[in-house]
Amino acid sequence: MTDKTTPKSGWLGLPPLAVGLGAVAATAVYGWLFLLAESEIAVLGLVALAALGGWALGRTGLPDTLDAAMRGHGRSMNGAILLGLLAVIFLLGEEHFPLLMLTTMLLYMTVALGLNVQFGLTGMVNFAGAAFFGMGAYTAAVLTAHSAVPPLLILVAGGVIAAAIGFLLIVPVVRTAGHYSAVVTIAFGVLFKTFLEVNDVLGGPQGLMVGPMKLFGWDFNSSPVLLGVEMSFYVNYALLGGGLAVLAFVLTQRLERSWLGLTLDSVRLDETASACFGLNVVRAKVLAFTFGNVLAGVAGALYGMMISFIAPNSFTFADSLLMVSIVLLGGLGSLWGTALAAAIVVLLPEKLQILQEYRFLLFSGLVILMLLFRPQGLLPRKVRSYFPSWRPQQ
Amino acid sequence: MSDALLEFEGLGKSFGGVRALDGLDMRVKRGEILGLIGPNGSGKTTSFNVVTGIYSPSQGRVRFDGQDITGLSARKVYEAGIARTFQRSRLCLPLSIFDNIMIGNHARLDNGLWFNLIRRGALRRQVEEGYDKARELVAGFSRELAGRMFEPVGALPMIERRRIEICRALVSGPKLLLLDEPSAGMTHDETAQLMDDILAVRDRMDDLSIIIIEHEMGVIERLTDHCVVLSYGRKISEGSYAQIAADPEVQSAYLGVD
Repeated sequence: MTDKTTPKSGWLGLPPLAVGLGAVAATAVYGWLFLLAESEIAVLGLVALAALGGWALGRTGLPDTLDAAMRGHGRSMNGAILLGLLAVIFLLGEEHFPLLMLTTMLLYMTVALGLNVQFGLTGMVNFAGAAFFGMGAYTAAVLTAHSAVPPLLILVAGGVIAAAIGFLLIVPVVRTAGHYSAVVTIAFGVLFKTFLEVNDVLGGPQGLMVGPMKLFGWDFNSSPVLLGVEMSFYVNYALLGGGLAVLAFVLTQRLERSWLGLTLDSVRLDETASACFGLNVVRAKVLAFTFGNVLAGVAGALYGMMISFIAPNSFTFADSLLMVSIVLLGGLGSLWGTALAAAIVVLLPEKLQILQEYRFLLFSGLVILMLLFRPQGLLPRKVRSYFPSWRPQQ
Repeated sequence: MSDALLEFEGLGKSFGGVRALDGLDMRVKRGEILGLIGPNGSGKTTSFNVVTGIYSPSQGRVRFDGQDITGLSARKVYEAGIARTFQRSRLCLPLSIFDNIMIGNHARLDNGLWFNLIRRGALRRQVEEGYDKARELVAGFSRELAGRMFEPVGALPMIERRRIEICRALVSGPKLLLLDEPSAGMTHDETAQLMDDILAVRDRMDDLSIIIIEHEMGVIERLTDHCVVLSYGRKISEGSYAQIAADPEVQSAYLGVD
C-alpha cells in the first residue's frame, strides 16, 4: 500500500466525490430509463450503451476514482446511493410492472449476497438457494393465512424457518467437502420442490395464496398517495425490499470486513492450515451457511407477500442456478459485483421478451464465457480493507 | 518441571501397513533449535503432523510443557503453544500479508458475530493492535516488506512468502515453532538470508524452541544445537551436527553404503 491516501483529483481531473456522486446519479437515471423502456429497440439500445460505456469507461481510470470516492467519502456515497434508489422508486411511482421488477431484483440481490457469503467467502456452493427462498415464501403463506402474527415478524419467521431447515442439511454439507456438499444441496433443492408438489396441506402443485405485508396498520396492497398522486402499491414493497437489500448489503459488507470474514476466507482457502491455527472450521461453515439461508428466507417471505400467490414452480432448481450464476457473474466475494449481476440476471430477460424463453441458455453461456475469460467476475473482489477510511502507519 | 519442552515416548503412526513412525523417542529442550533430518519418507513431516494434531498417533505419547497432548485436535495443540509452517507453503495467496498473519493470531481475535457485525469501534481497536503487532514482526525480517502489508501474498517471491509464513506462526507467541523445510524451493542466497532471519528470531525470543526439518545440511550445521536423525520412522542417531555427520549409520542411511 504505497500511496492509498485519497487523491485530490481523479478521473478527468475531477475530485473523487464529484465523480462518485455523478456516477450514482447517472446510474439512477439509467436504471429509471431502463425500467421504463417499452420497445425492444430502446431496451437493446440501452443494453448496448451500458455494455460499451462500461467497457470504455472501465479503461479510463474511472473505477479507481470511484474506489477512492467510496474509501474517502463512504458516508456521502452511501447516502447518495440510498437517495438514488429512493428517487428511482418514486419516479416510477405509478408503474406497476417496472416496480415489481425492481423489487424482485432487490430481493434476488439479497439472496445472492447470502449465497456469496456461502460460496464466495466460505467456498460452499449452495444449489438450493431457491428452496430456501421458497421456504420463506411458504412460511409467509401459512402464517398470513392461519395466524395473527404481525407481518414484520413473519419476515423474521421466514428467516428462522430457512435457518432451521438448513440445520438439517448442515451435517452432510459440513462433513463433505467441495463438490460433494454441492451435490447434497442439489438433491435437497430438487427434493424441496417435489415435497411441495405432493403436499396437499401446502397447496400441492397449485400453490397457496399469501396475505399482504402490513406495517404499523398500513396495508401494503393499498396505494400510497404522495403529493396528490396515487402511486402503485408496489412502491410499498419496493421501499421495504430496498430496505432489506440495503440491510443485507451492510451486514454482508461488515461480515466481509471483519475477523469473521477472514476466518471464512481462511476456511475456503485451506481447511487444514486453518485448523492448525485454531480456527473452528465447523463453526465457520455453520455460520456462513446459516447467514445465507436466513437472508434467503427473509427475502422469500417478502417476495411471497408481494406476488400474493406462490407455487412450487416459482422455486425450481433452475431458479437456484440463476442465483448461483448471479454470484459467479458478479465475482466471487464481490458484493458490488453481486448487486450488478443481480440487476443483469433479473432485469434483462424481463425487458427483452425474446430472451425470456432462452434465459437459462443465455446465462449458462454467459457464466461459461465468464469463467473462461474473466474468472474474477464483472467487478472483481479487492483485498480486504477492514475500515476503508483507516490509513495505518507504514 | 523438566528441562524438556516436548517429549515423544514410543510414538508410532501407521498408514495401512506402512509404519511412518515406529516407536520414536525424542526430546526437545527449552530454548534449543533441534534439527530433524533423515531421508525422504523417514517420518519427519509425519511427526510434525502427529504433534500438531493433523494425524492422531497409532501408539505412544506426546508431552508438551508438562501436559499430555497426545491426540489433541489441531486447534487445542495450537492453543497449547505450538505453531508451524508447512513444507509446501500454505499461505492464503489471494489474501493480504496482514490477513495471513492475522490468521495465525486467531486465538486472540474476537470471532463473535455480534462483536464483528455491530461493535465496529471495538473491532477497529483490535484491527489496529493486530496491525501494529504484525507490522513489527514483518519489519523484523524486512522493512520494505512491512510497507506492503495490504498486498496479496500471491504476488510475493518465495523467500518473502516463507517469512510471512514464519510471522504467521510467531504472531501467536508460541513456545515451540515447527519449521518444515524452510529452504524448499529457494536459491542458495535466499536460503542463507532466511537462516539469518531464523537466528535473529531466536535472538529476539530467547525462550522459543524450534524444530527444523531440513535437507540442506549447511542449514542444519549452522542453525541447530542438536540433531535427531530418522530412518524408516525410527531414530538412528542423535547429537551435535558434527557427531551425527560422523556417524557411519547416518551415512549408510543417506547413501545406502553398507
